[in-house]
Amino acid sequence: MTGALEFRDPDRAGRLVDRLEALVADTGPLRVMHVCGSHEEAIAEFGLRSVLPEGLTVAMGPGCPVCVTDLPEVDEAVALAKAGHTVATYGDMVRVPGTESSLADASAAGANVRTVYSAGEAVDLAEELDREVVFFATGFETTAAPTATVLREGPPSNFSVLSAHKYVPPAMDVVAGHPDTRVDGFLAAGHAATITGTDPFEGVVERHDLPVVVGGFEPLDVLLGLVRLVEDVRDGTATVTNAYPRCVSDAGNPAAQAALWEVFERVPGEWRGIAEVPDATLRIREAYAGYDARRRFDIETPDDDRTTDCICGEIMAGRAGPEDCPLFGEECTPQNPVGACMVSDEGPCRITREYGGRR
Amino acid sequence: MCLGIPGEVLEIDGQEARADFRGAEKWVRIDVVGDDLSVGDYVLNHAGFAIRKIPEEQVERTVELYEQAATGGEPG
Amino acid sequence: MTASDLDTGGGADDGEVVTAAHGAGTDRTRELLDRVVADRFGDAPDGGVGLAAMDDGAVIPDATGATVVTTDSHVVTPVEFPGGDIGRLAACGTVNDLAAMGATDPVALTSAVVIEAGMPVATVDRVLESMAAACEAAGCTVRSGDTKVMGSGEVDGLVLTTTGVGRIERGTQLTAGGLSPGDRLLVTGPVGDHGIALLAAREGFDFETPLESDVRPVNGLVAAAREAGTVTAATDPTRGGLANAVNEMATAGGVGVRVDRRSVPVDDATAGAAEVLGLDPLTVACEGRMVLAVEESDATAVRNRLRAEPGGERTAIVGRAVADHPGDVVLDTGLGERYLTVPSGEQRPRIC
Repeated sequence: MTGALEFRDPDRAGRLVDRLEALVADTGPLRVMHVCGSHEEAIAEFGLRSVLPEGLTVAMGPGCPVCVTDLPEVDEAVALAKAGHTVATYGDMVRVPGTESSLADASAAGANVRTVYSAGEAVDLAEELDREVVFFATGFETTAAPTATVLREGPPSNFSVLSAHKYVPPAMDVVAGHPDTRVDGFLAAGHAATITGTDPFEGVVERHDLPVVVGGFEPLDVLLGLVRLVEDVRDGTATVTNAYPRCVSDAGNPAAQAALWEVFERVPGEWRGIAEVPDATLRIREAYAGYDARRRFDIETPDDDRTTDCICGEIMAGRAGPEDCPLFGEECTPQNPVGACMVSDEGPCRITREYGGRR
Repeated sequence: MCLGIPGEVLEIDGQEARADFRGAEKWVRIDVVGDDLSVGDYVLNHAGFAIRKIPEEQVERTVELYEQAATGGEPG
Repeated sequence: MTASDLDTGGGADDGEVVTAAHGAGTDRTRELLDRVVADRFGDAPDGGVGLAAMDDGAVIPDATGATVVTTDSHVVTPVEFPGGDIGRLAACGTVNDLAAMGATDPVALTSAVVIEAGMPVATVDRVLESMAAACEAAGCTVRSGDTKVMGSGEVDGLVLTTTGVGRIERGTQLTAGGLSPGDRLLVTGPVGDHGIALLAAREGFDFETPLESDVRPVNGLVAAAREAGTVTAATDPTRGGLANAVNEMATAGGVGVRVDRRSVPVDDATAGAAEVLGLDPLTVACEGRMVLAVEESDATAVRNRLRAEPGGERTAIVGRAVADHPGDVVLDTGLGERYLTVPSGEQRPRIC
């Protein structure tokens, strides 16, 4: 099914682009925002920006979970690694700089940092090893559901979770509500919506009178989502549209939701660059406190001393682009990243740097 | 966020299924797939967990949606 | 936190450490090599090809012809992997580097091996047997070598360094930069197999279908290509994969390159595994392929000839050199265009 010509057919893509051209001719210049690193990756990988109409700006909002993981969270993981515990995490997180170092730096200095593909593998590691294994769990709701699943199973006692999981819809609210943000509509993340359903976006629509279209990740899915979104902007329609029905339903995936909310609760927290987002940080509930690394360990982190020109925050909030940053391509490159937006494969700065934003 | 890749279920064993991704086979967890699964079904895999069953008829539906959007028809 | 707090911020004496990213065959590797190696050892005074060119090997002309020599250290985990082992990898890597310089009849290899104490003798035996077999298939032998043992933990398993020597007629070397606008780019088979297979094996990603490395000698293919038409440039897409190889050619040749994504052969299982892991097969290593630039009028003939050779059955024309955007590689995805850049670090699987 993947890569089946249906989802990547160049002819159909061309016709969808033509439709977008016609629509944008009607609406005039408009700016829509997606909130998903995988959407940015899909757009960049297939070179879609090189064919989208001039007047349509597709900006990336706070959708890269690596990029919005704040420095203190990375510092906690690094501190645990330096304290001699095995830290297992997804590949995306290993090179993200903390206040003093990244997990990769810690590993180079002798700490035990392991890349895992799945939460299940982190548990397997704990079963294999005699020492503490901390799973540095990043990602949004899509990824939090697997973490919740392994915790519900009762993993070994030497296993714990350092949760950096976050929940997207409230961040869309904050971004939409920010006086400096100009956005005419949102392309919402299809895989997160696979878990949560489309209901969480109703609030965004009501409060901000903006259309939200839930989109998938094959290039034609992205183009379809954009067509629907621009149509809504043209018509002044503020509703939630599901443009990814093969994976998303209104109510979402009840089994995954049950697991998710049994283990996690939503609390306020800081997202890099957006500062405080209410109810968008996922914390392990009391019932699972025994596996919460923050409660198990006494973690000391360096003072958060941010004296840098890095504008990851502005970029994450969709208020600036990578090329607006004074460090972009100079002090901050994929080899020597300053901010998470350059480290993460889904970071807007990294993607612009690698794919060149060719138009 | 969220790399999700569809794979075809070849075998089911308790809370795990062996899924085929264009010839690369991998065992994935199906605890929270949210649906009954049979061999031959397609599932969306994220980080080693199936998070959704993808109904075959929805693939056709998707192609219809692409067509409607390309021609300016209203979504049915 | 400022940039200088991170590693490799400046000169060589500020506590900078070499990291794994330097070894990944990416632009970080290039930067380190430029500073530490090339500036020191300079260019070739004799009209051949030297270290400054950073090509696959060196070419040393003399009265009767030219000697081509190349050396490589091989460090791979696991030492034995689906489709091969470090011995086969080393032998093929060296034979292929010689071939990429135009020396398709390798004369001899030398082999220096550093073994971690504790490694089973049977493993060393298998690996060296494998190396011998690969040499035989390529038409050469291992003529000299060295063996050292280091303490357990002092070296990781096995480090194998091979040097290869070949002879060519003066002036007949192939370089990475010999291509001109209009030349077509060919790759001799599907890309990404080695890198994806190894990542899957190393990280225990448990793909049921054994993804295998493509490791093999391709000197025969280069020779066949040169018989069938004018080959203007060659390089093997090892670390950094096809993306790195075509970028090297673009930079060395001072030309732009356009690659047609849909023409690039990728095996289904490799593509599926890569997709699951969030990796691009165009950016991971191949160990049994060659990228060739061929004069436009000969491109089809060369392709057809290679398709008739063992190991070249899926040779494809994947792009061309252009006068525009010198040094840059543009990828036509079928739905749009973007740059295909040199991968900037070790390729890690991603979930997001």
